[in-house]
Amino acid sequence: MSEKKKYFWAGVRAEIPLLIGVFPFGMIYGALALGAGLSTASAQMMSSMVFAGSAQFITTQLVKDSAPGFVIVLTVAVVNLRHMLYSASLAPHLASLSTRWKTLLSYLLTDEAYAPSIIHYESNGVKPYSHWFLFGAGLALWVTWQFSTALGIFLGAAIPDSWSLDFALPLTFIAMVVPVLKNRPAVAAALSAGCVALAAYSLPYKLGLILAALVGIAVGTFLEDKTQAKPKPDLPIQANLRRSLDE
Amino acid sequence: MNIWLVMLLGGLITFGMRFSFIYAFGRLHVPETIRKALHYVPPAVLSAIVFPELFMRSGEFYLSLDNHRLLAGLVALVVAWVSKNTLVTILAGMVALFVLQIVLR
Repeated sequence: MSEKKKYFWAGVRAEIPLLIGVFPFGMIYGALALGAGLSTASAQMMSSMVFAGSAQFITTQLVKDSAPGFVIVLTVAVVNLRHMLYSASLAPHLASLSTRWKTLLSYLLTDEAYAPSIIHYESNGVKPYSHWFLFGAGLALWVTWQFSTALGIFLGAAIPDSWSLDFALPLTFIAMVVPVLKNRPAVAAALSAGCVALAAYSLPYKLGLILAALVGIAVGTFLEDKTQAKPKPDLPIQANLRRSLDE
Repeated sequence: MNIWLVMLLGGLITFGMRFSFIYAFGRLHVPETIRKALHYVPPAVLSAIVFPELFMRSGEFYLSLDNHRLLAGLVALVVAWVSKNTLVTILAGMVALFVLQIVLR
């Protein structure tokens, strides 16, 4: 199998657990969009034109509430602000790619495509065909989103949510965040971000999430600087020498 | 208000945000502090997303043994720590949730 295909399918495989969680959301969105009065065509097209789950949900609600167009557009912008963080975070890893690749991969950059991809880059570094991983993950998500949206539109209200399949989504994020907590600054970043996310939850337009992320980033960066100021630990031979001298 | 125009604008803005730094990187000098800070985006963002999913329900803070998702999430956390395997973690979490929902109902 060629290198490109290996990375591509690795990306798809990494995405599969997230697809399980995303699928019910797509269906629920489809059903809600119809219920809010959107046409079949516009409901389906939002999944490719905007291609952002939470923004689509909020748009649906605002359409139902007959909100003015510019309010909806602004809300979408604010709700999707965190994608700028993803862009900034991935930018160094995509730096050597053509503009065409950058454009395509940016279009596919959802929360669910970002998470496994950034972890892949952080553990494996940037190799010639690494971007096919992000492509695989992103495309898998895109296809699933279109399909589950369509299914939701088609089925309408007949969707059971007693199965709690959407819980697979936070579970996947848990599975991905734990290996990343390799040192104290990272743990502190995670804990502080989590707590702020809870405290700021009632802020509108998912501003709580952005605030939480920024706080977490600040805490992590601050602690990293502090820990680097400490003297380096002894090599084992030095520690042994020191111990034998002390006895 | 034309929904198609709204979707087009919303879509362009969303794409713009996703494209922003990816396009600009290399064209702008990125200070060392920012590079270091970006390293903390994954743990910060993932936690910011996960914590409300576990600790909140219907917009309210829900710290209680009745919060099955929280308990299942903690199980998943431990399993993730021990196994370092995504699929095993998700399975453990889902099983924990189902068991809790049935047993503690």
